[in-house]
Amino acid sequence: MVERVADTLAAVGRAATNGLAAVGRVSRLGLAACRSLGRAATWGPQLSAQMARVGVASVPIALFIATFTGIVMSLQASYTLTGAIPLYFVGVLVSKTMILELGPVLTALTLAGRVGANISAELGTMRVTEQVDALETLAYDPVAYLVVPRVLAGTLMFPVVVLLAVTAGILSGWGAALQLLDMSSAEFVKGLRLFFEPWDVWFCVIKSVSFGLVVTGVGCYCGMNAKGGAEGVGRCATRAVVAASMIILFLDAAWAATLL
Amino acid sequence: MSIRIRGLRKSFGETAVLRGFDLDAEARETAAVVGPSGAGKSVLLKHVVGLVRPDAGTVEVDGAAVHQLDGRALAELRRKVGYVFQFAALFDSMTVAENVAMGLRRAGGRRPGEIRDRVAECLSLVGLDGLGDRRPADLSGGQRKRAGLARAIATSPKYLLYDEPTTGLDPVTTTSIDRLMLRMRDELGVAALVVTHDMTSAFRVADRITLLHEGRAWFTGTPDEVAAAEDPVVRGFVEGDPALYYG
Repeated sequence: MVERVADTLAAVGRAATNGLAAVGRVSRLGLAACRSLGRAATWGPQLSAQMARVGVASVPIALFIATFTGIVMSLQASYTLTGAIPLYFVGVLVSKTMILELGPVLTALTLAGRVGANISAELGTMRVTEQVDALETLAYDPVAYLVVPRVLAGTLMFPVVVLLAVTAGILSGWGAALQLLDMSSAEFVKGLRLFFEPWDVWFCVIKSVSFGLVVTGVGCYCGMNAKGGAEGVGRCATRAVVAASMIILFLDAAWAATLL
Repeated sequence: MSIRIRGLRKSFGETAVLRGFDLDAEARETAAVVGPSGAGKSVLLKHVVGLVRPDAGTVEVDGAAVHQLDGRALAELRRKVGYVFQFAALFDSMTVAENVAMGLRRAGGRRPGEIRDRVAECLSLVGLDGLGDRRPADLSGGQRKRAGLARAIATSPKYLLYDEPTTGLDPVTTTSIDRLMLRMRDELGVAALVVTHDMTSAFRVADRITLLHEGRAWFTGTPDEVAAAEDPVVRGFVEGDPALYYG
């Protein structure tokens, strides 16, 4: 009995120590990234390529998901509202849900897999094959060269990708309402405009910026701390996706509680 | 112009890798540190360029204590030291020529044409003429080592650090890499620190050999002194005899 309690306490102690060590490493990387922002000559030339990789290359998958989400939202709203509420509320539901929730969150979760895993695996491979050490021996600051351009690219491009996805979701929902439901454009647009607030768009942008920071930041952190060959790289990519997804959902709730 | 290591100690968790290691590498001299895999040779080399912080002891390059330098001074010091990694550590997203140009771009002060010329010169020096456009994945093991060496010498360093330069290479390629290392010393006048477990290579390239055993410099001498040593640990390692080496 005493042994079991001692083992449990030891396990809790180990978990707490590991957790605190991880917080320390995250803080150190964050501080190093902030300091490295001043080294624009190092990260500047990488930024446009990273914006293309993180942002432009993510547009097709984001549009694909948003398009089908918009169609399903429209059909389900019509099914739910039938007989009880005027059908133009389909427009309200589609637009509000796409702008406030599904556009940013679904896109961010998708990009946590696409972008976060990619960054983590790439930097993890560079770490375990000593390419990060090689950068240092060539007098480069690896944080300025590898981390800053990726995090900046994510922070700048996520809102763009999300706004495109939101637009695609609303347009596809509108199309579904016209083609599959007994609705006119005027009805859908009436619903679209009924409860629209410009703040909703700002809310969507703020969420997207924070999600971009999280996905790329977590990907960089996991990659830069990868250990143990191919298996370690695989582990760090998985950890990056899981951790980023959890933080996104936590932030989603936190932003709703504080900004709405 | 020298590298001085005194009382270097480094542990990873419970494992003490270096337990008070001393070494001197002088100008125009090739010092080899030999020892079995896992003895801490690569860790030792990484201390010299500040990639690893020691638990105790000092590493001095040209009189400057590496681990007391600030970021700017450390970057300056790293420009004086070329590092050839065990598996080359070439950036796989770049061509060989882009890899070699990385240090030159960082150092600044050269026009793009001058960088191109210097890259071509370095690739020619290591026998990789015409392979600048290849990706690292398209090179053989020996060619990758040569490309890593070309990248290390591009900024004309005063010191070259070689981490297991001949590991995994066939005997013919090993000899050609050894000759290349001697050529670097003779033509460029650099001081070199080589860590290896390949005794044939160490005897061929080193002016002095140090055996790293139990985290310390167990024995230091010229290749002839090492070959003639009576110490059972040295004899055990040189002859590849586990009974002698482990006692």
